[in-house]
Parts: sequence; C-alpha cells; structure tokens
Amino acid sequence: MADTPQIDERIKEISPLRRALIRPELGGIVGTFAVFTLFALFAFDSGMFNSQGVMNWSIVSAQFMIIAVGACLLMIAGEFDLSVGSMIGFAGMMIAVFGVVLAWPMWMAIIITFVICCALGALNGWIVVRTGLPSFIVTLAFLFILRGFTIYIPQTIERKTIIGGIRDAAEGDWLAPIFGGKIGQPIFQWLGDIGVIGVFERGTRAGEPVVDGIPMLIIWAIVLIIFGHILLTRTRFGNWIFASGGDAEAARNSGVPVNKVKILMFMFTAFCATVLAVCQVMEFGSAGADRGLLKEFEAIIAVVIGGALLTGGYGSVIGAALGALIFGVVQQGLFFAGVESSLFRVFLGVILLFAVILNTYIRRIITGER
Amino acid sequence: MSASQNATPPIIQMKGIEKHFGSVIALAGVSVDVFAGECHCLLGDNGAGKSTFIKTMSGVHKPTAGEIIFEGKPLDFADPRDAITAGIATVHQHLAMIPLMSVSRNFFMGNEPVKKVAGLTFFDHDYANRVTMEEMRKMGINLRGPDQAVGTLSGGERQTVAIARAVHFGAKVLILDEPTSALGVRQTSNVLATIDKVRKQGIAVVFITHNVRHALAVGDRFTVLNRGKTLGTAKRGEITPEELQDLMAGGQELAQLEGSLGGTV
Repeated sequence: MADTPQIDERIKEISPLRRALIRPELGGIVGTFAVFTLFALFAFDSGMFNSQGVMNWSIVSAQFMIIAVGACLLMIAGEFDLSVGSMIGFAGMMIAVFGVVLAWPMWMAIIITFVICCALGALNGWIVVRTGLPSFIVTLAFLFILRGFTIYIPQTIERKTIIGGIRDAAEGDWLAPIFGGKIGQPIFQWLGDIGVIGVFERGTRAGEPVVDGIPMLIIWAIVLIIFGHILLTRTRFGNWIFASGGDAEAARNSGVPVNKVKILMFMFTAFCATVLAVCQVMEFGSAGADRGLLKEFEAIIAVVIGGALLTGGYGSVIGAALGALIFGVVQQGLFFAGVESSLFRVFLGVILLFAVILNTYIRRIITGER
Repeated sequence: MSASQNATPPIIQMKGIEKHFGSVIALAGVSVDVFAGECHCLLGDNGAGKSTFIKTMSGVHKPTAGEIIFEGKPLDFADPRDAITAGIATVHQHLAMIPLMSVSRNFFMGNEPVKKVAGLTFFDHDYANRVTMEEMRKMGINLRGPDQAVGTLSGGERQTVAIARAVHFGAKVLILDEPTSALGVRQTSNVLATIDKVRKQGIAVVFITHNVRHALAVGDRFTVLNRGKTLGTAKRGEITPEELQDLMAGGQELAQLEGSLGGTV
C-alpha cells in the first residue's frame, strides 16, 4: 500500500453501488420509483395522474412531510416524539378555543398556539434530558395528557368535541391565509384556459380550473424540507444534531451542547405538528378532538422508510420527505385503484419491516461491522 | 530530552494533589510535573487513582487539596471547557469518535469551521475536508476520502484521529487515557508512533497505561501510582520493566507470581 502513488490511495476500491447504498435516501428513492411505476401501470386511467388526482395525493403527502421533517431531525438527534399526533389535535383545539370561543383575533390565536405548543415541546425535551428517561416513555405520557386535554377542554366549555366556525373567524385575518390560503391562482387559471388542466363545465364555477391553486400546506412542506435539509447537512448545528444522536457522551466531551440540541429538536417537532394543525383547521374550518390520531407513528414510519436509524445519529430529511411521499401516494393510490383501503395498513407494516431491515444492513456497512 | 527539562520550567505541575470522594481518599498527595515535548507515562493498576488524577488535570474534578500550576500560573478550572480552551486536551479511550459520522465531521465536532453566505452561517465543508485530509496524512493515515465514516477505521486509527484533532485545536498538554489498552499489536504500534510524532511537535504528552511495555516504548519519564500515591518518577533508562511492574503491583504479590508466570505479564 505504501508504494502506491498518493492520488490512487484515495480513490481505491469501494464500488459505486456500495457507495450509493450508504446514502440514507437510497431506500426512499427506490421506493418512490417503485410506487410510481406500480400505480402508473395499474391505475393510470383512474384519474390519479390528472391535475385533481395529483393535487389529491400531493396534499396528503405534504401532511405527512410536515410532521416527518420534525420527527426526522429529532430521531437523528437520538430521540422520539410519540406526542406528535396528540399535539396536532391539541394545537387545532387551541386555535378554536382562542379564535372562536374567546373570539380573539385569529393571528393572535395562531401565535399564542405556536408559543404554547413549542413550550410543550421544550417541556418534553427538558424532562427527557433532565431525567435521562427514554423519550419513548416521556412522550408516551404526553400522548395521553395532550389527547385528554384536547377532549376535556371543548367538552367542558362547549359540550361538544368539535368546534367549528374557524373559517368565519379567520375571515380577513392577515396571518390565517399563510396556513389556509392558496397561491398561484393566475397560473392555474391560465393553465385551465389553454386546456392543460381541466375546467368546470357548468355550475357557478364554470370556466374555473378544477385545481385553482397550490394550498399553503404544500408550500409549508417544501419550505420545511428545504430548511431541515440545509440545517442538517450544511450548518454546524446540523453537525451537532448528528453528534447528539450518534453518541451523546462523545459529543459532550467535544463540547457539543447536547441537551440544548435535543430540547430544540423537541420544540421543532412540536412546531411542525402545530403547522400541520393550523393548516388543517383553516382548511376544514373546525377543530376536532380526534385530529392527528396515530400521526406520530406515521411520521416515524416515513422517517424510517427515508433511511434514518431508530437509534439516532443517521438519516436524511430528503429521505424522510420521500418516505412521506410514498405514504401519500400509496394511501390515495389504493383508493384510486379501487383497492380496499384497509390494505393500506398491511402495506404500512410490510414496508416498515423492509425499511428497518435494509437500514440495519446499511448501518453495518457504514460502521464496518461484519 | 533531559537538556530541555533543565532549561525550561515544566508546562504543568501538579503539587500534592489530594482528592476525596466523601470518606474515600482517591488521591492522597500526588505530585507530577510534565515538560513540553516529553512523553510522561502514568502507570498504575486498576483503582490506583489514574482516572481521578487525569480528571483533576483536565478540569473535571476540583482537587480537595494541592495546587496545579500551568505555564507558571496557578490554575482554577470551573469545568472541562476551561481546560480545553487553555490547551489541556484529553483523548478518552472510548467516547471520542462517533462511528456513523464522517471523519471530517468528527474531526471538527464542536469546533465546526463556518463561512458566511448571504448573511447566513454555514458549515464550511470544503475547509473541513481539506484540513482533515492534511492532518490525517501528517499522522500517516491515508483516508479514502474525508466523508469516510469513522466506523470503517480501526481502533488505532480512531485514536490517531482523536489525537490529531486535539493537536490541531492547539493542545499544549495532551492527556491520553489508555489509548492502547483495547488495541492489537499493529494498531498499538501505530498509536505509539503517533505519540512520538506529537511529542516531537513540542506537545507535552501524558500517557496513561497499565502496560509497562507500551510505556517503555515511548516514555521519557515514568510515574507510578499506587493506592492514590506516587511511588516516584523515574527517567528513561533508570528503571527496568521488572521494577516498573513491581511498583505498579505494590511490590510483593507479583514478585511471587513472577516465578510461575515466567515474567510474561
């Protein structure tokens, strides 16, 4: 080895395949191709790939993506948050209580809700780093605590579990459209006019395109993915996230503020959950006590499909976003293809198992274990 | 080495260090001095107080009694960060590297270089990669690339990365906590060669070990700890491996064993 020239030393061995294999996004990329190919073959004429169909699964995927970004960064930092789903329900209910019941201005309701939810995320994180308990247990407690309050509060003050009237309360508000609005209407009108996308044939909306704009939900998903990806791969804080999840003790020895990183990631996860909650209540016009049920697991599954290790220290935001896309496409695709929708859960379980096995194998390659 | 010791004062002096944990006396008056450019081996059996001693030196523990003089001034570290800033770096046997992260990410962990782009601060990967490759080459390790995961390196190479990292970030005193205890023969010799390179750069190396042969291979001076006390410091050439071994074990018992084991320990 010593007599080989310097340049050769660095480019020796490691096949391109192996190199590609240790990229965390690989599973997500392959999965995305597979899923699109499958549905293009078997459900192409179902309307899944016309403008309405695309918008349909894009919105569902974007919902998964928003919470997956938070869950992804938190998992790479070495922790879980099982309270994401309850946080979604809780945040939505807070908006309704502040904005409708207490009739505060909607922007104030939204901002206060964000503050409360991020503080709850910080509390989650603080308890985890202070007690050293597994985040699994701590956030499981919050799953029940928050869900309990989400049911208790509207029951007590309104005697029902769904509070409506949010759309009216948000009318004319400056902040609400950032979550519930749409953008790009002129472009879609133009696309409708030139016949690229369909237009309504009759009724009050005759002549308008069937898809009239991109919901802010999708914009939020894209912004959060880009933010998360850059934060993780291109900043020093990103290095601290990897280090905190890879080996907290080693990171501490090197001067990484591990506790701060973990608490901030819990807060970011709560922030993402709140973004989704606000988008949802603005879209539906109501807050329900059962919103966000099981979302925490779907977020974790999307992240794992995206190549992150459950043990932390390794993963990719792009991968998690692709995991969420696979989710959305399959969930809606099965509907378009006319397959019994309960099979979606079977699919989830199977793909989760495959992803974890693949990740474990990849981890072995990276760490050089045999 | 002895010439420089006479000319310049030691870079760090530990005088009569005592450390009590409740009713347990871990250190009962240990005095050691270390010169720049020397490798000072600290030997001792398990429980001799080696760990407590280096933790005191690196600012983790405050001594119950005694004085630490670093570069001529008395020291009072509030926490390990102060010690690192002052130039006292510790490389732990474990817990130094994160296997899943690349060499360059590990190298700059906690000290990431940054660059400004459009007012935002980003991790300067180009700089980090370049420096990592350079420093590794200096230590005689040819990486496949700066993005190679530390997990693919051998134990000895990991120690070397950790040592190179400490040196790069301006360590004046480098404390190595049993760097060779979990390594094979070839990896050990690599780490010992690294220690030699570091010493030649004028850095004071404190090499903690319980292996007499590893100590004798690179050490300039040897201090033996036993039951929280120093049993004296010897210079290279003044002491035989057998004498060191006896001191570490506290004398008698091992002398009896020696016969049956044939001097293999």
